[in-house]
Amino acid sequence: MSELTRLTIAEARDRLRKGDVTSVELTEACLGAIDRADALNAFVHKTPDIALERAKAADARIAAGDAPAMCGVPVGIKDLFCTEGVASQAGSKILQGFLPPYESTVTAQLRDAGAVMLGKLNMDEFAMGSSNETSVYGNAINPWRAKDSNADLTPGGSSGGSASAVAADLCLGATGTDTGGSIRQPAAFTGTVGLKPTYGRCSRWGIVAFASSLDQAGPMTKTVRDAAIMGAAMMGHDPKDSTSADLPVPDFEAMLTGDIRGKVIGIPKEYRMDGMPEEIETLWTRGREMLADVGAEIRDISLPHTKYALPAYYVVAPAEASSNLARYDGVRYGYRAKLDQGDGVTEMYEKTRAEGFGAEVKRRVMVGTYVLSAGFYDAYYNRARKVRALIKRDFETVFADGIDAILTPATPSAAFELGREMADPVEMYLNDVFTVTVNLAGLPGISVPAGLDKAGLPLGLQLIGRPWEEGELLNTAYALEKAAGFVAKPAEWW
Amino acid sequence: MSIDVKTAAHVAKLARIRVEDAELPALAQEFNAILGFIEQLNELDVEDVEPMVSVTPMRLKRREDVVTDGGMPEKILANAPEAREGFFAVPKVVE
Repeated sequence: MSELTRLTIAEARDRLRKGDVTSVELTEACLGAIDRADALNAFVHKTPDIALERAKAADARIAAGDAPAMCGVPVGIKDLFCTEGVASQAGSKILQGFLPPYESTVTAQLRDAGAVMLGKLNMDEFAMGSSNETSVYGNAINPWRAKDSNADLTPGGSSGGSASAVAADLCLGATGTDTGGSIRQPAAFTGTVGLKPTYGRCSRWGIVAFASSLDQAGPMTKTVRDAAIMGAAMMGHDPKDSTSADLPVPDFEAMLTGDIRGKVIGIPKEYRMDGMPEEIETLWTRGREMLADVGAEIRDISLPHTKYALPAYYVVAPAEASSNLARYDGVRYGYRAKLDQGDGVTEMYEKTRAEGFGAEVKRRVMVGTYVLSAGFYDAYYNRARKVRALIKRDFETVFADGIDAILTPATPSAAFELGREMADPVEMYLNDVFTVTVNLAGLPGISVPAGLDKAGLPLGLQLIGRPWEEGELLNTAYALEKAAGFVAKPAEWW
Repeated sequence: MSIDVKTAAHVAKLARIRVEDAELPALAQEFNAILGFIEQLNELDVEDVEPMVSVTPMRLKRREDVVTDGGMPEKILANAPEAREGFFAVPKVVE
């Protein structure tokens, strides 16, 4: 493995500016690492020509002395982001062959900041999944393996390729998206940092929509500092997304002092789940101690509607998905089924969608169709929207009582073996039990690697912040990261 | 609430997803498992709660009612599985 690919974004930026290294050198090192890591199946569309062209341009810009922080930094892009002229399939067969004629706002901002796109990253189909096993490209593989085992583990999902690529040092950072935990759960499974910003921070324009009231893009990186740098480059107001917030994006990196003395950290009792592995419980306690040691005040809190978050999510998200995915009809882009003699337009829709969508996507589209259908709309969809309001109110109440951030486990387990949970959709859904509340309430959340379990696999802790206060959240995460001192890396087997 | 094969077929039809008859019983069973999970929501009293409309309170921005983009039929049709004479082509809709 090349030392260059192991750099953090902050280190790369500093060395690029000093002239110690060029973006072309960094990019070539990453492209080499990607080519040697096909076994991880993280990068599913490689774009070496674009990468080298952008790296050269970045070097010229750095030499001219006027380069933003991300200039020359090689990154991977989740397949959910539309990238001009480059396959953007959302991990689905139904978008086979689709070449967007436009660039998503988030990737355009990264591009304009000089970041180098290395290629597109594997993911669960339409971001629906928690293990990257619903992808048309096949499974992405976690670079981590349990001690004395050769079994392939999931990198989590839906941003599984992003997490795998960052953890394996194939890129310096990656974009992810998070609808119910799809940035934070894979980050926790791979010993990386994943930030889901406040809903409205990153423009959704040009990101293939799953559940529009929950979807939010964010950075997946090796360190909290990198999440601050890359996150700031991805955020900002966009007139093309009507839910994008017209608020200034502060300099998050400048806010990383590590000083959280006097901050009040809430520990929600409802996140202590029955049957939660002892190691998760222990890690959570240690996280609490670490934050107390650096001067935070720890306070027990209650978020009484927590247990209803997943059921509410599995109404709201499929409902929005069934509406958003109606556009895949075989007419304007992507896949169209082969038709039989005499088939009309309805057969074309039905066959195209049957062949183009995978099992989990079909399941969710149909569940969504059902909860929105006449006679059930009130009983399911409206009830779920009311429960969502109660979940948000839980958070508002504790924030009003003086809580600055909330500490929880990121996931109910470490990375599991591929294939283990695919048989039971509801069991798979439980992966998001600690993360999904944050999407329903529109809050910022971050997963920070905090320790290893007995099998030597990474575990993460989640911090939840007040809306629009990513800077403060990142600073608390930075304090936790420093206290946890997580430095483990997966041993290269691929 | 239990979903039978007939309801499963109806939902598949509404969603415009072809499901073979042989697969319907398994599909109905999956729906029931997921809906069983969702049923927990009925434990809550939500009588006086306003359903959430927007997660962040905001007034949608308005803009001038003018054309801001367009005039690129080739680009729009470039991704179509079938296009003819500047149009998307589909199987015959009207006899």
